[in-house]
Amino acid sequence: MSHNSPQTLYDKLWQSHVVLEQDDGSALIYIDRHLIHEVTSPQAFEGLKLAKRQPWRISSVVATADHNTPTNHWERGIEDPVSRLQVETLDANIHEFGALAYYPFKDSRQGIVHVVGPENGATLPGMTVVCGDSHTSTHGAFACMAHGIGTSEVEHVLATQCLVQKKSKTMLVRVEGQLRRGVSAKDIALAVIGNIGTAGGTGYAIEFAGSAIRALSIEGRMTLCNMAIEAGARMGFVAVDQTTIDYLKGRPFAPKGDDWERAVASWRQLTSDEGARFDQVVELRAEAIDPLVTWGTSPEMVVSIKGRVPDPASFADPVKREGAERALAYMGLAPNQSVESIAIDKVFIGSCTNSRIEDLRAAASVLKGRHVAANVKLALAVPGSGLVKRQAEAEGLDKVFIAAGFEWREPGCSMCLAMNADRLEPGERCASTSNRNFEGRQGAGGRTHLVSPQMAAAAAIAGRFADVREIVCKEPV
Amino acid sequence: MDAFVRLNGLVAPLDRANVDTDAIIPKQFLKSIKRSGFGPNLFDEWRYLDVGQPGQDSTNRPRNPDFVLNQPRYQGAQILLARKNFGCGSSREHAPWALLDFGFRAVIAESFADIFFNNCFKNGILPITLPAAEIDALFAAVSGTPGFRLLIDLERQVIERPDGVSLPFAIDDYRKERLLNGWDDIGLTLRHADIIREFEERRRREQPWLFCG
Ligand code: SF4
Repeated sequence: MSHNSPQTLYDKLWQSHVVLEQDDGSALIYIDRHLIHEVTSPQAFEGLKLAKRQPWRISSVVATADHNTPTNHWERGIEDPVSRLQVETLDANIHEFGALAYYPFKDSRQGIVHVVGPENGATLPGMTVVCGDSHTSTHGAFACMAHGIGTSEVEHVLATQCLVQKKSKTMLVRVEGQLRRGVSAKDIALAVIGNIGTAGGTGYAIEFAGSAIRALSIEGRMTLCNMAIEAGARMGFVAVDQTTIDYLKGRPFAPKGDDWERAVASWRQLTSDEGARFDQVVELRAEAIDPLVTWGTSPEMVVSIKGRVPDPASFADPVKREGAERALAYMGLAPNQSVESIAIDKVFIGSCTNSRIEDLRAAASVLKGRHVAANVKLALAVPGSGLVKRQAEAEGLDKVFIAAGFEWREPGCSMCLAMNADRLEPGERCASTSNRNFEGRQGAGGRTHLVSPQMAAAAAIAGRFADVREIVCKEPV
Repeated sequence: MDAFVRLNGLVAPLDRANVDTDAIIPKQFLKSIKRSGFGPNLFDEWRYLDVGQPGQDSTNRPRNPDFVLNQPRYQGAQILLARKNFGCGSSREHAPWALLDFGFRAVIAESFADIFFNNCFKNGILPITLPAAEIDALFAAVSGTPGFRLLIDLERQVIERPDGVSLPFAIDDYRKERLLNGWDDIGLTLRHADIIREFEERRRREQPWLFCG
């Protein structure tokens, strides 16, 4: 491809990070930002020490403890000794090697790594961002090449500031039109996954574009890019526009003064050129998207709130049919059952998908003046970070949640993956704003239905899945 | 990392699509700060009838007799046969660590999730993608033939079936070379330290805001 032919945003991001193209078809890619948390880093630091290597550029590291940390009774510390050891190991490693920023357990800025990075301006357009966590795709909202890596690669980045990579294919997901009331970025994400399937994005870097995407806030774009990985994609991203720039201005690690002007000028180039070619294009109409609910054990098993659980017999592909049968058995659902008839036991509003301030506002706007149904045993609201929590409290959202019967917790991953004490018991059914409905994800035997924050709030009030558009029919949502 | 050259191994079939990393190694075992010892907890929720805890001795836990890896005919399997999108979900390298610790050196599937696929190579596990029809035929052969084995030859990029049929497979050159030699990626990359440093310095000059701190 000549230099004058139109380039995709991915081409630009890739090209600007190639340190070396090797004869064997791989490339060394430079890494700008390395996010670290307690679960996937201990073995990497240990490997580094065993090989007597030094970190290449420790000031690229932003670290926090999130997966294992409790979300209540912080005064008691971390009671589970195994979790505590993991968090203390991170403390010790950062103490020994350093970092640009570290937000340890109980720090006022601690929180979920994918919430903490952007809100501190540590994620900037045009960066490569990696983390030993698959939802690193979240940072693509800032036109970053951002993706999850395994622990060996965490060690590789620590030691060399590079990764050995091969270029992905490109997919454009274009969503045109205007979302209807009560429909959010989460529903776009679920609609895309339902459309292309959980393996549909395998081998691709997805650019999300179109008028419905441009209309999303940065937080909405983070929700969408967060779930690109659930479509199998290596990463998902959105081009820079004024929304991106406005969000970053004044954040602690964002450039200041002259640097700010220069940075903004370079960021404005971070869009796909007119006429750039993609390996695949998927188009969706925003108006056609309903509030969605997953019915099975894979995020592609998704249906409109107005829909019904499918009949496995309706799948022609035998592997899909068996998958659906197994999912219905696990989920305790009957074929053709209406989604609105499914009663729930617990509600979880949180996770790196939906725990930012706008998510909490959206849920609170539905909960205001209402109460959680009697059959709901536990409703949790878990802010994504200490900053989000304090902002929410300043706006009085905590009071809305509490008055509605929710528990208002400290920040962390919480019941998204249930590594701490927040979890489902076997057979319990949850309306969850997280990103994975796999078997056992929220606790062994637990049943997860993925929804948006508004829809989780609606389910909490109704005690079953309900159409948020009917609950708040006359108010804007 | 151990090199992978040739493997003649017993095959175990795991006949479901979208096997995720939470199924391969449930989250409670991620609290470990070690790389080894995950084998007894591979597929923990499917293999056992109780809920496993980290640090627990698994030898006397109640096993699920229906789960394929508990069947006597698949004991000692080194090759796992799977369906579409194997290893989807989290980036946890604990998933390949658990497979390796259990004894698997290769996984054959219709497709793999990206991060899991990468992680396999870092640990000397060879993930092989084959077309759906060949996967179907292998599932039929495994269930119909007790003691079904395959010979995987990475150098020649073929899988040989006992009936003499060879199934060629594709692999990126750079991955093949590293696996054949058991090379340490970090060592290889650090041979280019000067080029990395030069790149970094230019980047720092041109976009200093990327280097704050
Ligand atoms: S909130 Fe959930 S998905 Fe996000 S980083 Fe934490 S555990 Fe992973």
